Amino acid sequence: MDTQTPMLKFTPPQEGKDFKARSFDFWSFFFSGLTGLATLLILAILAVILLNITIHGAPGLSWRFLTAGADKEMFNVDTAGVLPMIVGTSIRVILMTIFVIPIGVITAIYLTEYAHNTSIWTRIIRGAVNNLAGVPSIVFGLFGLGFFIAFVGTGIDENILKSPEPLWGKPAILWASMTLAVMTLPVVIVATEESLKAIPQGLREASLALGATKLETIMKIVLPQALPGILTGGILSVSRAAGEVAPILFTGAAYSMKDYPHALTDQFMDLGYHVFILCTQSPNIEQTRPILYATVLALLILTFALNIVAILVRAQMRRKMRLLGH
Amino acid sequence: MATNTTDSKRSVGWMGLHRGHKARPMEWLAEKFIFLVSLSAILMVFLIFIFVLREALPVFLGQTDSTAAIKAVPVEKMDTMSDAELIEYLAVTPSEFKAMDKETIKILMEVRLESEKESPTDKDAGINTASWTYLLLPYQWTGYEKPEYIWQPISQIHKYNIIPLIIGSLKTTIVALLFAVPVSLGAAIYVSQMASPKLKEWLKPTIELLAGIPSVVMGFFALIVMATVFKAVFNYESRLNAFVAGIALGLAIIPVVFSIAEDALTSVPRSYTQAALALGSSRWQAAWQIVLPAALPGVFAAVVLGFGRAIGETMIVLLASGNASIVSWSFFDSTRTMTATIAAELAEAVFGGHHYRILFMLGTILFVVTFLSNLAGDLIIHKLKHKLEGKR
Repeated sequence: MDTQTPMLKFTPPQEGKDFKARSFDFWSFFFSGLTGLATLLILAILAVILLNITIHGAPGLSWRFLTAGADKEMFNVDTAGVLPMIVGTSIRVILMTIFVIPIGVITAIYLTEYAHNTSIWTRIIRGAVNNLAGVPSIVFGLFGLGFFIAFVGTGIDENILKSPEPLWGKPAILWASMTLAVMTLPVVIVATEESLKAIPQGLREASLALGATKLETIMKIVLPQALPGILTGGILSVSRAAGEVAPILFTGAAYSMKDYPHALTDQFMDLGYHVFILCTQSPNIEQTRPILYATVLALLILTFALNIVAILVRAQMRRKMRLLGH
Repeated sequence: MATNTTDSKRSVGWMGLHRGHKARPMEWLAEKFIFLVSLSAILMVFLIFIFVLREALPVFLGQTDSTAAIKAVPVEKMDTMSDAELIEYLAVTPSEFKAMDKETIKILMEVRLESEKESPTDKDAGINTASWTYLLLPYQWTGYEKPEYIWQPISQIHKYNIIPLIIGSLKTTIVALLFAVPVSLGAAIYVSQMASPKLKEWLKPTIELLAGIPSVVMGFFALIVMATVFKAVFNYESRLNAFVAGIALGLAIIPVVFSIAEDALTSVPRSYTQAALALGSSRWQAAWQIVLPAALPGVFAAVVLGFGRAIGETMIVLLASGNASIVSWSFFDSTRTMTATIAAELAEAVFGGHHYRILFMLGTILFVVTFLSNLAGDLIIHKLKHKLEGKR
């Protein structure tokens, strides 16, 4: 019955029962079961969170709730709406992509197309990208305040505009977007790099052999092929940024505003920040629970829908690459 | 000539100009431009450190003064003081100072004299609470029975002891790791070693969907649902505490720990498992005794990176930890972390004041801690990949 030393005493497997008994090891079965349970636990928790929010949030998520304007009472269950928050979040996220996509894509191009894998610059850039991904979100908020507002913004006010009233040197949607752009830079770089690496080397060589320069090869052959991957990176960064609250707490989010943001220097209302406000500032948390759940569901739909789109685009891309024989 | 041509093949040369080559200054410019832009990631890490540190530097150097008692200077002495002294004494910015005439300054100094009479007079008022001694060591404040660690920035005497906040951060992080590491490691072993390839293709993105839940939503869930359920189950005193916040935090770092550990386990060459199975081991034995030890540094890196994530997470702990700055190692006491303190108090702190600077100092500490844990995790993974690929 000793399963540990089959090499020393070889007994050929016999018919039926005996063979089965020897290959069954209780502890293996037990621990494999535990790992399966751990996986199930994660899936179950995910399901509970999503179901809880959907079940409680769906009744409140009416068309009126999504389109009610900014002048309504914030905590009134019958009139409150989230349109200004959706608009604010969308604008800051779109502004962010304008800053982050070009820089992220160009960095990824350098890392995959130009850099030597062993060079010291490549290692430092990769280290910096990984580090940037791990900086706490609240530190990005401090950075936005200390750099964009206190240094850049105040610098513009004092040295260029020479205005006594702070115009740029205060929280604004531009600074919030730029802070988020710095935060999501690693997301775009990693996703673009992945898609650039998936392009067969043969395509590049064919283009170079036909007399195209390196730049032409990148612009006309490599980038069009990598477009789905760049798109995925953009979507993932938007999904990540849309739900972040800590970096915009001091760089532009407003508790309440009468109007939509009109200029880059305006503050804005934000969906994630609004969830925080409803959680902590509500005069009666039991009464405002329906709008709280509905707001959370709206935010979750926004970020999750984007995430799922990114996963699908990526899966499609991988299938295509496999077909190309990579 | 022969060596010349091989040289020019290796390097692009200045402005893309070569003897015997077509001049390509545009190519050269483009390459340099791309290189410069790619340095922005390095630049950003630098800028974050410099500009967060810049606001906190006076605290680190012990130059801030948070003495509650005001020292008064008679109005007649105004002419003997330098501009810089006056600016500091009247607590105005240099540009504001320039806009004032002598009369305004005189009035301000009289106002200052008036407020001196109203300022607190007990023995604590003369203490500079923003100096290192009071930031780190316990002190017996008036009305307390023994020396204590107190964080109470919004009171007449600003008490800035950061020890309760550090303990709070560590407490929630420990709970998060105790919960997240076994669960995500188990799931990583299952997905990488036990599951069929088809199941794996489904499980991996689904588990990583957990990372798509914004932290404010996770905090909301902990505050509204988990806190109530846990209180009913465990029957403890304060509804919001380090335990609830820690579990919610654990949920947030599960995708991070899981995907790094899973990567490390998958990167162990398939031949290791096949050899073990051929020698008669079960799947579990191969996973536990062969694959896991080979990937152990990667698993360790996953824990280190998970630690960095957990200690820097803000919205979950802000909503679910109760935010009471008590020194206690009990997991069921309400607690206040460094991140939550920054988020909750920075908006109210006077721009450039001592409270503001101390919050930036907390930010600097967080940055350095996460920077080091990221660096460590990164190096470990790099070494492991190198080792496993070298052996192949």
